[in-house]
Parts: sequence; C-alpha cells; structure tokens
Amino acid sequence: MNKKFWLGIITALVLYGVVQVLLTTGVLDDVQRSMLLLICVNVMLAVSLNLINGITGQFSIGHAGFMSVGAYTSAILTLDHNAPFILAIIAGGVVAAICGVLIGMPTLRLNGDYLAIATLGFGEIIRIIMLNTEYVGGASGLSGIPAKSTWTIMFFFMLITIVLINNFIRSTHGRACLAIRENEIAAEAMGINTTLYKVIAFTLGALFAGMAGGLSAHTFYVITPGSFNFLKSFEILVMVVLGGLGSTAGSIVGAVFVTLLYTYLRDFPEWRMIIYSIVLILMMIFRPGGLLGSTKFSLKKFGKKEAKANGGIGDSSAS
Amino acid sequence: MEYFIQQLINGISVGSIYALIALGYTMVYGIIKLINFAHGDVFMVGSFIGLFSARYLASAGLPPVLVLIISLIFSMTVSALLGITIERLAYKPLRKSTRIAALITAIGVSFLLEYTGVLVLGPQAQGFPDIMAKKQYQLFGTSIQVESNQVMILVTTIILMIILQYIVRYTKTGKAMRAVSFDMEAARLMGINVDRTISATFAIGSALAAAAGVIFGMTYNSVDPLMGVMPGLKAFVAAVLGGIGSIPGALVGGLLLGTVETEISSLGYSSWRDGVAFAVLILILIFKPSGLFGKNVREKV
Repeated sequence: MNKKFWLGIITALVLYGVVQVLLTTGVLDDVQRSMLLLICVNVMLAVSLNLINGITGQFSIGHAGFMSVGAYTSAILTLDHNAPFILAIIAGGVVAAICGVLIGMPTLRLNGDYLAIATLGFGEIIRIIMLNTEYVGGASGLSGIPAKSTWTIMFFFMLITIVLINNFIRSTHGRACLAIRENEIAAEAMGINTTLYKVIAFTLGALFAGMAGGLSAHTFYVITPGSFNFLKSFEILVMVVLGGLGSTAGSIVGAVFVTLLYTYLRDFPEWRMIIYSIVLILMMIFRPGGLLGSTKFSLKKFGKKEAKANGGIGDSSAS
Repeated sequence: MEYFIQQLINGISVGSIYALIALGYTMVYGIIKLINFAHGDVFMVGSFIGLFSARYLASAGLPPVLVLIISLIFSMTVSALLGITIERLAYKPLRKSTRIAALITAIGVSFLLEYTGVLVLGPQAQGFPDIMAKKQYQLFGTSIQVESNQVMILVTTIILMIILQYIVRYTKTGKAMRAVSFDMEAARLMGINVDRTISATFAIGSALAAAAGVIFGMTYNSVDPLMGVMPGLKAFVAAVLGGIGSIPGALVGGLLLGTVETEISSLGYSSWRDGVAFAVLILILIFKPSGLFGKNVREKV
C-alpha cells in the first residue's frame, strides 16, 4: 500500500464524486448514465479477462459464458427468491467462479490454441444449456429484472475488482502467474504449481466476470442467451488486446474506448464489428503489446533492454 | 433399422461438408500451427460466389451440369485467391510473433469477412438457385431414400479428396508442403520456397472450403453472411476429432461428426446439436488430444 496506490484511490473517489454530482444535477442524461454503467461492467470484464489472458498467458475466449452464469444466477435470486441485491450479485460471482474451477481443472492441461477453442466450446455449451432450460426462460430469456444497479454500486464494484486483481498481480501469486506466461516449463522447474495457479487465475477471472454479468443484468432488465454469445467474448477480448495484454491500466482504457465506440456506433452495428476486427488485426501486426502494453516503461534510453526484460505477450517465446 | 440407416445417409452428406472444410483447417494447422478462424468465412464467401455465378449462368441458359461445374470451379478459384490474400496480408507479417497474436488476428479476419459480408450483401438469407432438379431414389425396395443431391455431394467430395491426395502425395508442391509441415527451417535450408508453399496450402484449403460452400448452398437452398460461423467451428471440431494435421483424419472426423449430429437431431434433441459437437471436442481434447489419427508429438523444451 504505497503512495501510488492511495493516489490512485483518491483519484478514483474524486472521479466518482464528480460524476455523482453531474448525475444528481442532471447534467448527464439517461443515455450517458447507462453508458457510464456499461463502462463499469466492461472494465470489470476486461480487467478480469486480462488476469487470465494477459497475466497468466492462458488464452480464454469464453468469458461471456462466465458472465452469463453470473447474470442468470443473480437475476433468478432477485426475481424468484427476493434475495438482497448485493448478495445476489456476489452469489452470481461465486457460482461463476465454481464454473471456472470446474472448467479450469480439466481444460487447463491444454495450452495455446487448444485451450482457446475449448473455452470457446464451453462458452457455447453454457449458452445452449441456457437456451434449452425452460426454468431460465429458454430463448426469450429473463425479463423484468429489477433495475437496481446504481452508479454508486457499479463504481464501487468496479473499484474493488481493479484493486483486488491488481493486488493479486503484484503478490507472490501474481508473480507465479507471470512466470507461467513467460515460460511454463521453466516455471514448473522452479517449483511453481502451474496447474494450481492457472486454476486460481481462471477462477478469479470467472468470479469477477460473474459479478459483472449480475450487475449488467440488473442494469438492462433483460437477459437472453443470445446476449452472451461468442461476439460478447470477442468484444471483451478486443478491449483487453487494444489496451495491451498484461496491463490492467490498458484493460481499463480499452474497455472505456470500446464502450464509447459501441455507444456511438449503436446504429451501425456492422461498422462496429468491422472497426473492431480491423483494430485487432492492425494491432497484432504493428503493435502487439497494445496501446499501454509492455512498452510502457521503455524510455528511449534503455528502451530495448527494458522491453525485453518486461517481456509482454508480444515477445514471450513462440514455441 | 431402416430409420437408422436413413439417418446415417443424411449424416454422411452433412459430414462430407464438414470434412471438406476440415481439410483446410487441418492443412493450415499442419503447416503453420494456426487455427485459421477465417476458414469458415472463406466457406461463406465461396458459397456466395457460387450463388452469383450459378444465377448468372442459369439465366444465360446453360445446361444444369455445366452450371454446376463452372460455378464450382469459379468459386474455388476466387476463394483460393482470397485465401492467399488473407495469408499474405494478415498472417505473413506475424510469422515470427506468438501464436496467440496469430490466433487473435485470425479471429479478427473472421469477423472482418463476416461483417463486410453483412454490409455488402445485407444480413438476410438469400435463396440458392436450384441448379439441378432434386430426385428421390428408393434403395433396394426398402423405405430408405437417397436424394440426388446427397449422391452429388458424396461424389464431389470423393473426387476432390482423390485430387487432394494426388497433389499431396505426388506433386512437387505436395512434397514441399509435407516437408514444410515436418520442419520449416530444414525445408528452407533444402531450398524449398516456404512462403510459396504456405500460400499453396492456403489456396488449396480455401478452394476446398469454397466447394463445400457451393454444396452447402445447393443442399440447404439458403446462404447468409454469418453462415460460416457454426460449420466453421464444427469443421474444426471434426479436424481435431480426426487428429489435426492428418488428411484422412479430417475426412473421418467430418463424417463421424455429421453422423453423430444427425442421429441426435433425429432423436428429437436438435436444439442440443451444437452443444454436443462442442462436448465431443472437449472430451477429445481431454482424453486424446492427438485425435483418432494424429501422432503423439512430444513437446519440445
């Protein structure tokens, strides 16, 4: 808990206060308000996916699956069982985390593209299960979910997510995850229990994705299986990659940017997807580290050395 | 029993389409270790090119067989060029970077093709012209029916497989492909033009996907810009099932997956069909990651 940490917290609280004042005085209208809530949800999703993809180097593209588990769980709790809102959100996160463990244990033996395709498969399986379960509304999904997400709740959930994940990354365990990203075999040889850490990263990522799902369900009243498809996973991936795989700050920037793009291109959905994909392709070709990736500290003077030492997904070994 | 065999026949015709797409996946994966997510969308593009050329040729009054053959070849050629272009522009600059970067790019290319398609062609499905009149045949006096389309699909698949097998086994390009997939560096040292070989692989794979696209359009009479997503993913499942990198594996995996899927649909669980395909994928990955025909490759340290 150094000076920098508290500076960040204070900045965040000031930001919160300013927006709160703007909301109560009515400077920001409803459209902008829902955009702000969406930004909070997307930041949670991007930061949690970054833990799996960017920090631990495991390529998961089924994040929307975890999100949907959280969304459905919390929506059912508040709709059918009158559970308190905060409790429902946390329960959604926990159930998603349990799914994360269940999915993580067998599949994390796979690596690289096989893991990617397996997580994609799991995301789709979850969607198809939701689609075929009458209890959760089948294809039409659940509607009439109480809109209980306020700016205050959203902001603090987002802040907690960022702080917890960032502290995890800086802890011994986070270092272990980084080691796995850089070289799994070497990490194992150094005595790191790679499977354990991969499952931990996967579970934590799923936990926060589940809570984000619950929050978004309580912001937009309606959830359908179709809203948690591969496109959604892809969108979260774009946020993380755009900001820079492995950088929490980058994920936040990416999430904000993509949400703005999403809101202002709402009437042109196909252009939105085309822009996403072109951004991804150009990013991978010309700046694989993302906007704020590993090159963050590479001042001209010792640029080359730093960039190499910091690694980043861009230069980790391509076996 | 007869019902079961009927479903088997239907399954084989669906499976042939998967098999043709899976071949492209398996060849590209075998050579540059990349899951070419855009492959399913090359299938879509191929289908649309087939649609447009079939419409044009049919209105020009050509006989049906000629319409089919010309549209098939035209669609395969254009898609082969598309495959080469994608490889040159998107994947070649990433040859030296991580596999994750290449995979992200492939997902990007996939979405680019899909939504450019939506933008240009509109999101709604379009009817595929009936090139050949569909006929039903009774089999050996039983109630089992075979459609002329299904026969055509199987014949086309087999012909293309034989051509492919010939190319890979006996031509110079095929030998180069096998050499590059075995060891890219060594192949380069032996004077093989690696870039050209990779382009050839993409060209052949894309051409096969386009053929599958035309056949798909003729079977289901409807094509749309997002139609490549599911068949593409399932063909990948088929490729993994058979053992990625193995050409007979892709065929067997495709046929197997098609059959399983049709049987599940016929049991009344058609809405679970896609889920089962992915469940098969995950089970295979966990228990036999090298697939049915794959070789076990030890990881190099």
